[in-house]
Amino acid sequence: MSQTIPLSWYLAISALMFAMGTLGVLIRRNPLIIFMSIELMLNAANLAFVAFARSFGVPTGQIFVFFVMTVSAAEVAVGLALIIIIFRNKHSIDVDLMNSLKG
Amino acid sequence: MNLTLILFVVLAAVAATSAVGLLVSRNTVYAALFLILNFATVAVFYLLLGAPFIALAQVTIYAGAIMVLFLFVIMLLGSERLPKGQVLPWQRPMAIVLAAVLLVEAVFLLFQRLQLTATLANPEASVNTTAALQDLAKMLFNQYLLPFEVTSVLLLVAMVGVIVLTKKEKGEPG
Repeated sequence: MSQTIPLSWYLAISALMFAMGTLGVLIRRNPLIIFMSIELMLNAANLAFVAFARSFGVPTGQIFVFFVMTVSAAEVAVGLALIIIIFRNKHSIDVDLMNSLKG
Repeated sequence: MNLTLILFVVLAAVAATSAVGLLVSRNTVYAALFLILNFATVAVFYLLLGAPFIALAQVTIYAGAIMVLFLFVIMLLGSERLPKGQVLPWQRPMAIVLAAVLLVEAVFLLFQRLQLTATLANPEASVNTTAALQDLAKMLFNQYLLPFEVTSVLLLVAMVGVIVLTKKEKGEPG
């Protein structure tokens, strides 16, 4: 069914999404949006994983995507907890205000 | 032009547009909704690539659990909008240039290694979806059993860590 679509197209989409995620991390100052951009980059990597898994005909890539999803779920939980603590201490979550190591 | 090709082009356009929407939307809730759209598009890509289990996991874990958590925190903090204004005036143009360089590098390297003509090697491999799913499950629970169990411990550690982090100390205000 999908033999008409070259692998490189999927990789191009993946690279585009990864670059968008990097741009989001660099230009936005809301830590929640920065975090979402990181999720976008993880998704781009996952897409490349599945495309390569399909290309080589082995399911190992899909297993790694499964692990990446689990780890990113844990990462999101901890990251959002940290953002909540920063908000509790500073009453704002602007990343420009996060300039001291000690609260 | 066949149906798969049209579907791919439309999905690619939606994925790119929703990624741009995530970058430019001022309201954080809209950004989260754009990201959910992007995740759904990627899930359909997974279906096109013959990975139905990963596609469903994408919808339930990413678009379901993780983004609900994001929306919950956005509304909990009331941080739908942040005041405008850049501290560093050259930050945005510099970031755009750097991201463009990254994109060109990535596409160049990938295409140089794979050639433009590289296609999906064995298109008939996972036509039998049930057999592919069985292969995946066998691999996950035999060869990758230890990593699988370690991720469950990782989730437990994350859960305990979040509870400890957000717990208020005794006598701490607010």
